Amino acid sequence: MPYIPHTDKDISVILKAIGVSSLDDILGSLPAGLRVKGSLNLPKGLSEQELKSLLKGLSGKNSTVEEYTSFLGAGAYNHYIPSVVASLISRSEFYTSYTPYQPELAQGTLQAIFEYQTLVCQLTAMDVSNASLYDGASATAEAVLMARRITGRHGVVLSSALHPEYRDTVKTYLKGSGDHISEVMYCTEEGRTLPGALEGAINDNTACVVVQHPNFFGSLEDVGELARIIHEKKGLLIVVTNEAVSLGLLKPPGELGADIAVGDNQSFGNPLSYGGPHLGFMATKTEYIRQMPGRLVGQTVDKNGQTAFCLTFATREQHIRRERATSNICTNHGLCALAASIHMVSLGSKGLKTLALLNLSKAEYLKERLSSAGVKPAFTSQTFNEFTVKVEKDPDSLLKSLLKKRIMGGLSLKKFHPVLSSHLLVAATELNSREEIDRFAEELAKA
Amino acid sequence: MEANGTKGLLLNEPLIFEKSSEGRVGVEPASFDVPRADAAALIPGGLLRDGLDGFPDLSEIDTVRHYTRLSQWNFGLDSGFYPLGSCTMKYNPKVNEDIAGMTGFTRIHPYQSEDLSQGALEVMYELEAYLAEISGMDAVTLQPSAGAHGELCGLLMIAEYFKSKGRPRTKVIIPDTAHGTNPASSHLAGFKVVPVKSEGKGVLTVEAVKAAIDRETAAVMLTNPNTLGLFESHIKEIADLVHSKGGFLYCDGANLNAIMGIMKLGDLGVDVVQFNLHKTFSTPHGGGGPGSGPVGVRLVLEPYLPVPRIKKAGKKFKLVTDRPKSIGRLKAFYGNFSIMVRAYSYIRRMGGEGLKRASETAILNANYIKERLKGTYQLAFDRPCMHECVFSDKLQQADGVSTMDVAKRLIDYGYHPPTVYFPLVVPGAIMVEPTETESLETMDKFIEAMRAIAQEAKTNPELLKNAPANTRVQRVDETRAAREPVLKWTGVKK
Repeated sequence: MPYIPHTDKDISVILKAIGVSSLDDILGSLPAGLRVKGSLNLPKGLSEQELKSLLKGLSGKNSTVEEYTSFLGAGAYNHYIPSVVASLISRSEFYTSYTPYQPELAQGTLQAIFEYQTLVCQLTAMDVSNASLYDGASATAEAVLMARRITGRHGVVLSSALHPEYRDTVKTYLKGSGDHISEVMYCTEEGRTLPGALEGAINDNTACVVVQHPNFFGSLEDVGELARIIHEKKGLLIVVTNEAVSLGLLKPPGELGADIAVGDNQSFGNPLSYGGPHLGFMATKTEYIRQMPGRLVGQTVDKNGQTAFCLTFATREQHIRRERATSNICTNHGLCALAASIHMVSLGSKGLKTLALLNLSKAEYLKERLSSAGVKPAFTSQTFNEFTVKVEKDPDSLLKSLLKKRIMGGLSLKKFHPVLSSHLLVAATELNSREEIDRFAEELAKA
Repeated sequence: MEANGTKGLLLNEPLIFEKSSEGRVGVEPASFDVPRADAAALIPGGLLRDGLDGFPDLSEIDTVRHYTRLSQWNFGLDSGFYPLGSCTMKYNPKVNEDIAGMTGFTRIHPYQSEDLSQGALEVMYELEAYLAEISGMDAVTLQPSAGAHGELCGLLMIAEYFKSKGRPRTKVIIPDTAHGTNPASSHLAGFKVVPVKSEGKGVLTVEAVKAAIDRETAAVMLTNPNTLGLFESHIKEIADLVHSKGGFLYCDGANLNAIMGIMKLGDLGVDVVQFNLHKTFSTPHGGGGPGSGPVGVRLVLEPYLPVPRIKKAGKKFKLVTDRPKSIGRLKAFYGNFSIMVRAYSYIRRMGGEGLKRASETAILNANYIKERLKGTYQLAFDRPCMHECVFSDKLQQADGVSTMDVAKRLIDYGYHPPTVYFPLVVPGAIMVEPTETESLETMDKFIEAMRAIAQEAKTNPELLKNAPANTRVQRVDETRAAREPVLKWTGVKK
């Protein structure tokens, strides 16, 4: 049987040592009438070779962003991942280890997470980062719960230019504690959250405002001004970034007045993988550490005074306070965080700035080519590597016809925002060559 | 000059930031084939970044050596035996890693057309069906990212069910042996937690539940086998009781590795269960995630499952979001897909017979260790166990030695320590789960080590208190870490 080393002889040694003649003697205490009769109705087991060939077939039923030219983004970005990432995270001392509860055996994981926490603080210009969360959407929901704990208020104001699936996730998470959620509508001309509109949406019971930057439509938000407005009401600003490469070029949330910075670091080192696992991040100010959910690694010493690392602030977790725990999070996305760190370090400060500029340049070129083809940006705000365009034809049939040309031409926004019924969200990264962009524009012009 | 090594060839390694040298790039991005954008002109002044303080600059080889050295300070499942109770540290098959790395699975976008994603949807659809069959549930969602995320999902569905009936319920009953995430998840889902004691018998009695249950009880949440490694023998009666009060029975599926092909939770009266693919279904723990925590439910709760659902129409698979009763979403997109691919591969490799054999062997292994170590260490409950067994340090206390000392000394013998001080109902608990993938020889050596440590506790307790001695760092000062928090590097970059 695969992966089970026991020979018949081993089994008899074990049975003898236990003092029984068969497994049934041990299972005798189980309610007999409830035992499974016969075997599970599952396909027969396969040899390794058969398995691999079966799964090769299934994977082949998918079309990849390698086989197609993709302009899809919307929270999952197609970036080049340097070879060092897969090579290093494939070291089984990393991927087959458990959560580092025994620090003497897990200094590698612990130091790597400590470094990841530092990298996130540097990227976001926040004081402190946790060891990572599931994804950007759940991290946003956790940030909202955290803001409520800090402020003792209930009101939550979401920008409607926040990723729709992030908004949905926040709503689900808040079902247990009464939602009190409202949305502030984006400006239909600029494609961003207007400070004036926010002013009217908040009050003295507002715990937090959540804005995405760059937002779901790709637009840059006036984060500093939004921060000023919510801070006047003594609420908190949560800034969501799900295209983390933008932080190579854009002023970080910590310098724009964010109280909690969350988002997804998938863009660093983690493949699209049909949407998961991705890499939620969360960083905040020192004063809020004890309200921050998720694992944290701290630096300390061993008994000989040598530098060492361990998990810390466990009192926030469930082992001790159980139902009074800060959150139910009991893990992180450790291996994804490791991949992100390795990618960030491989780029370095210079490489990251260049990569961000390259993404901006590709998107600006795409914008210009599409405009020449008669497809204009739908909003006036500046963007990073993603933007919204308005098309003449029905976007769904347009996308379908582009697929015939092996182009994934962006995301139709109709199902998320019914008013944007003729709009496409398109992204360009370093993986879209000039030639691909030209061809996309040509095909759009033809269509 | 400071020596470069400690023991063997374990090399010292500074923080990555301390290896930086301004101007170095490891792997430079592709060259510009489009005009270089003028960021300063395009991006409003207030939104342009000035610098990236401290961000490290390293060559490729220095990056590779850094992480290679760090990896060597880790103990993984491939390094040796990892008898971590309630965590099911079974072997992570290499073929699953190969499969999960196929570009047809890694380089697909969650929003690409369903027509282009049929392979992914088929894997997910079938995995749901396999998990339903294994657990005896009617429907499964794969969306939650971890066990605790699955718990939250299940509890939110239960809450929503009662809300939609116009009669919200407020309480969840949880035994004292439960994982800490159970009460935390219940709280997050808006419930008040009612703890019940397992009454010294190690299992929950119907009477204990009866005393706690009322019409405000939305669910009883238990783990079966429980965290003592014991089968909750009254589960069916407890299920009948909960159902008679109109509530649901939630089973934390963390210990599913004990009962595959032996019992189906659905047959035992369970209404909701979360699976831990990173435990039972062999996906790697990754040093703490990513995991995956699918949830199975009985038909009555099916309308409340998170969206989207995968439906099969003819030969085609599609994602369905129009489900008015659904609790909504717990994350963006569909779940930790690449973890699902590994679990799917594991199930296909094992088949139904293989899964059953895995559970049977896991039980044999745990009972073997239990029998051979009882007497050396105090058994919490001397009766047949399922896939894990729980000892305590009661016999060692006379020598002034604690569970933590035994655990740390095990490291010197080349083992990852068992789960310690959990479950909370056993003071000084030592919880051992060998899993089915460990051989008789491995267990024998472990047993010898545990016995040798018990002997050392009598003859040389200092050895235990100072353990581990063979690791690169020795006992770590966790108190100091919490009292004087240093949570990031704050030096100045070279």
